[in-house]
Amino acid sequence: MISTYGMAAILIYLVCSPFVASILSGVDRVVTARMQGRRGPSVMQAWWDLLKLFGKESTSVNDIQKILVAAHCFFAVFSGAIFFGGGDLLLVFFSLTMAEVFLILAAYSVNAAYSEIGAQRELLQMMAYEPMLLLTSVGFYLSTGSFAVSDIIRTDIPLICKMPGFFIGLCFILVIKLRKSPFDLATSHHAHQEIIKGLTGDLSGRIYGVSELAELYEEILMLGMAGLFFITSDPVSIVWALIAVAVVMFAMSLIDNVFPRVKWELLLRYSWLVTFFAGGTNLMVLLLQAKGL
Amino acid sequence: MRISRSPWLLHYDGSSCNGCDIEVLAATTPRFDVERFGIINTGNPKHADIFLCTGGVNAQNQDVVRQIYDQMPDPKVVLACGICACDGGIFKECYNILGGTDTVIPVDVYVPGCAVRPEAIIDGVVKALQILDDKKRRMKQEGYRSLTSEEYRKQLEEKRADGVKSDA
Ligand code: SF4
Repeated sequence: MISTYGMAAILIYLVCSPFVASILSGVDRVVTARMQGRRGPSVMQAWWDLLKLFGKESTSVNDIQKILVAAHCFFAVFSGAIFFGGGDLLLVFFSLTMAEVFLILAAYSVNAAYSEIGAQRELLQMMAYEPMLLLTSVGFYLSTGSFAVSDIIRTDIPLICKMPGFFIGLCFILVIKLRKSPFDLATSHHAHQEIIKGLTGDLSGRIYGVSELAELYEEILMLGMAGLFFITSDPVSIVWALIAVAVVMFAMSLIDNVFPRVKWELLLRYSWLVTFFAGGTNLMVLLLQAKGL
Repeated sequence: MRISRSPWLLHYDGSSCNGCDIEVLAATTPRFDVERFGIINTGNPKHADIFLCTGGVNAQNQDVVRQIYDQMPDPKVVLACGICACDGGIFKECYNILGGTDTVIPVDVYVPGCAVRPEAIIDGVVKALQILDDKKRRMKQEGYRSLTSEEYRKQLEEKRADGVKSDA
């Protein structure tokens, strides 16, 4: 059963996410611009972009594309709702994968060269981050004895103390999940010229808006996951979690600007290495602890 | 929300001598930071609002120009940058040149100059943004829709036929 708090959290997530996430990306764009010595757009820019897309005509190659993109958005929102409602992390993980699969199918359905390259690269991208995401859920289970977010947040010490390796791993894949690096991958925010946006290259107007909306919901979910490492039964910990998330966001911009031309081969290799060493070592430690060694 | 707050731009080089392209690209580089106005230099017609065309249209790329234009969702504006894009310029008499951008698609803003000055490009874009807002408003109120390249071609043909008649 979902508690009243859970219900409230879901409602806040559903209503506020798009706006909050677009402000966050706006801030991110300004920070990026400042790092490059430019003035940058307004912090509201991402929000305006989204509104504009919904006001535009949408042309679609086939009807199935619309349904698939809508399903993508639905599952992205659904995963977030499970997470913020205190649900099962594994369910979040599977539903998030489902969302990705629908977007990839949408890209394949149009039969266009760039969409297809984008879809293939998105699959590779999934290969790069899924193991770490799954391992993180397992890590949470080993340290708290439950997959449910509502149980995980009842711990007494912040979980970052027990799972620093998982946190590093998660931050690493956040670069991919927040569509920062690599620049030539799928819908990376920089791939405008490289593969003409790839995956979302054949979406236009409102349909593209829906996929952008899903991305905003996903962004909040991923940041929520990073925050989960800092939340304890003490309500003050929420402040710490927010600060941590802000630091993570800044680090993402910094990494993106320091390594602007990372290609997908490199990232795939590194994400597995990080998963193996950071995640794997931490997992071993947790397993040994669980055995009482 | 005004659409002019988030104009995404698509730059296409027709048969320009690259003089205009250098000016246009320079104006969209980080140094001039057009992102401050929300402009993104996109490579995808399906995401673009402004079609910035340089150079004249030739026999080979006319279909490309038509296709790019038709793929752009409404509301959209076309900006012809440089005298070549306006009416063919110094290449006008070449055997392969059909003329300016408006020989194949309807053009909203003409920005003359050889090569076009950066100030003129900016003036042109500002003008284009006003038209974009206006089109958006008309789209909402009267269900306005841009001509497709095919409709435009027919219109041109009719005009030409009328012109021949009146000459006679
Ligand atoms: S207008 Fe001048 S500079 Fe521009 S493409 Fe034509 S010839 Fe080149």
